[in-house]
Amino acid sequence: MTYSAALPRLMDWSRWLGRRPALFIGGGLIGLIVLAAIFAPLIAPVSPYDQSLLNTLRPPSSEHLFGTDSFGRDIFSRIVYGARLSLLEVVLGVGIAVVVGVPQGLVAGLYGGRIDGVIMWVTDIVFAFPGIVLAILIVSILGPGLMNMLLAIAIFSVPVYARLVRNVTLGLREMEYVQAARALGASNLRIMFDHILRNAMGPIIVQSTLTAGTVVLTAASLSFLGLGAQPPIPEWGAMMSNGRNYLGVALWVSLFPGLAVTVTVLGFNILGDGLNDLLDPRSRG
Amino acid sequence: MGPPAMKRYFLRKTMMLPLVLLGVSFIIFLSVRMLPGDPARLMAGPEATQAAVDNMRTRLGLDQPLLFQYARFLANAATGDFGTSIRSGQPVAEELAPRFVATLKLASVAYLFATLIGVPLGMAGAVWRGRAIDQAVMLIAILGASVANFWLALVMMDYFAVQKGWLPLLGSGSAAHYVMPAIALGLLPMALVARMTRSSMIETLGQDYIRTARAKGLSAARVYRRHALRNALIPIVTIIGLNFGAVIGSTVVTETVFNWPGIGQMLVDAVRYRDYPIIQGVTLLAVVSVVLVNFMAELLISALDPRVRFG
Repeated sequence: MTYSAALPRLMDWSRWLGRRPALFIGGGLIGLIVLAAIFAPLIAPVSPYDQSLLNTLRPPSSEHLFGTDSFGRDIFSRIVYGARLSLLEVVLGVGIAVVVGVPQGLVAGLYGGRIDGVIMWVTDIVFAFPGIVLAILIVSILGPGLMNMLLAIAIFSVPVYARLVRNVTLGLREMEYVQAARALGASNLRIMFDHILRNAMGPIIVQSTLTAGTVVLTAASLSFLGLGAQPPIPEWGAMMSNGRNYLGVALWVSLFPGLAVTVTVLGFNILGDGLNDLLDPRSRG
Repeated sequence: MGPPAMKRYFLRKTMMLPLVLLGVSFIIFLSVRMLPGDPARLMAGPEATQAAVDNMRTRLGLDQPLLFQYARFLANAATGDFGTSIRSGQPVAEELAPRFVATLKLASVAYLFATLIGVPLGMAGAVWRGRAIDQAVMLIAILGASVANFWLALVMMDYFAVQKGWLPLLGSGSAAHYVMPAIALGLLPMALVARMTRSSMIETLGQDYIRTARAKGLSAARVYRRHALRNALIPIVTIIGLNFGAVIGSTVVTETVFNWPGIGQMLVDAVRYRDYPIIQGVTLLAVVSVVLVNFMAELLISALDPRVRFG
């Protein structure tokens, strides 16, 4: 593409984004976290695990932007590396929930009857648990740890997708073009993936963005409680747990990891709102 | 939807309720059975004598088929018998009751906070739609749903309790003890209530009968209060009822941070000490109460507003 052709395109894009501030702000915040995760070794001044027992609980300064924790580790570096963990949590937590939940919803919506009844029954059962309570129950069986926590988070997120996709499928099942495809001899599998899933992508993407925020918050909560990522892993929730012992002395130990969590969740929530308006114009308001 | 369809809806909901409770209790029952090791040893605790373990084995009916064991678990739970705590040796039900009351008290104050702050915020956003006030309301709403409540708790504790000494840092007992935990716990419902009140009031304000009320000379303040707010109450009940589970879930972290003697803190302690009878008791109590509150909220909402149906 030549320079003269690229410039108007770029201006169109910025104008398009300017009219959608939610996409711009939410996408910007998440972009920031993604960049921090990718370029962590370049951004972080020191290793997140470097202890310096002569420099414990130092307040924020030019040397340590966000101060140091009780082991003298640089909090800024730990937060930057922590972005990697948060994104891992999002990718695995949301990913597993989508991969398991979406087919459940497709089958329930398309086949109906007894299959639908059983799948929705299981969905209702899992839904009945407050997410974090179910996660704690699962962690109490599997044992604390990052991966077990992510599995627990994914399990309680599955029914969200099953129910969402089922409802979309029920709406589309009777549409003329699906009926036409069926009349032409398309198999259930083909209808599921070619016709229904394609139309369900919008709601799934919006829901994934919103679930991502919940995943980050729940993972931080569980790690804060000592049930998720274990020390010395630079997980934001686990870092806040360390700072809990130094209230009134060194608030920065908890303050900055908490800000990182808030910025990330805020980013996903705003982005979700923006995507919702973009993909489903009826919901604008 | 006519009366027959409505009746069918209620009937289906009511029939699903015991099925869901059955499934929930089965998962909680199975959780201990899925652990590696002897369930009798796990439920009696690591320091139990061989006699106590044998006693537990008879109690759990481990020599019987699994479904029989589950039936026994259900029968015991129905009579309030959740076994004895490994850590304290006390009956779980006896430990659970005062804890549950403490959690419900805290949750009630949190809901009060959420409503008293959230409703006026949402109304202000709707009345001054698109203005700076509205944008501030929307910002508060989205921030409230994004902030980790235990982080807000730590920041409040650092400032109001440790530095200024205005509020007690930990525990319960006086009215002042409620302030910070209730704010931390009420933040999310506050944000949701504000958002819901705003959007439902905007919708109501556009209705014909509101214009009629204005046209016949009612003052703006009176219209907002008498007509618009009343219709906005339905979504508020929705938010409060359907988010009870989220609030009970939040108590786990909030209570742990503030050392509040409720079921949330009890659950975290129980996981730490592998006190399985307590874990089962707390989980069952929490989920059953959430299911019942959700059920009642759904019935109440569909009674208030015949247009609303849940899938």
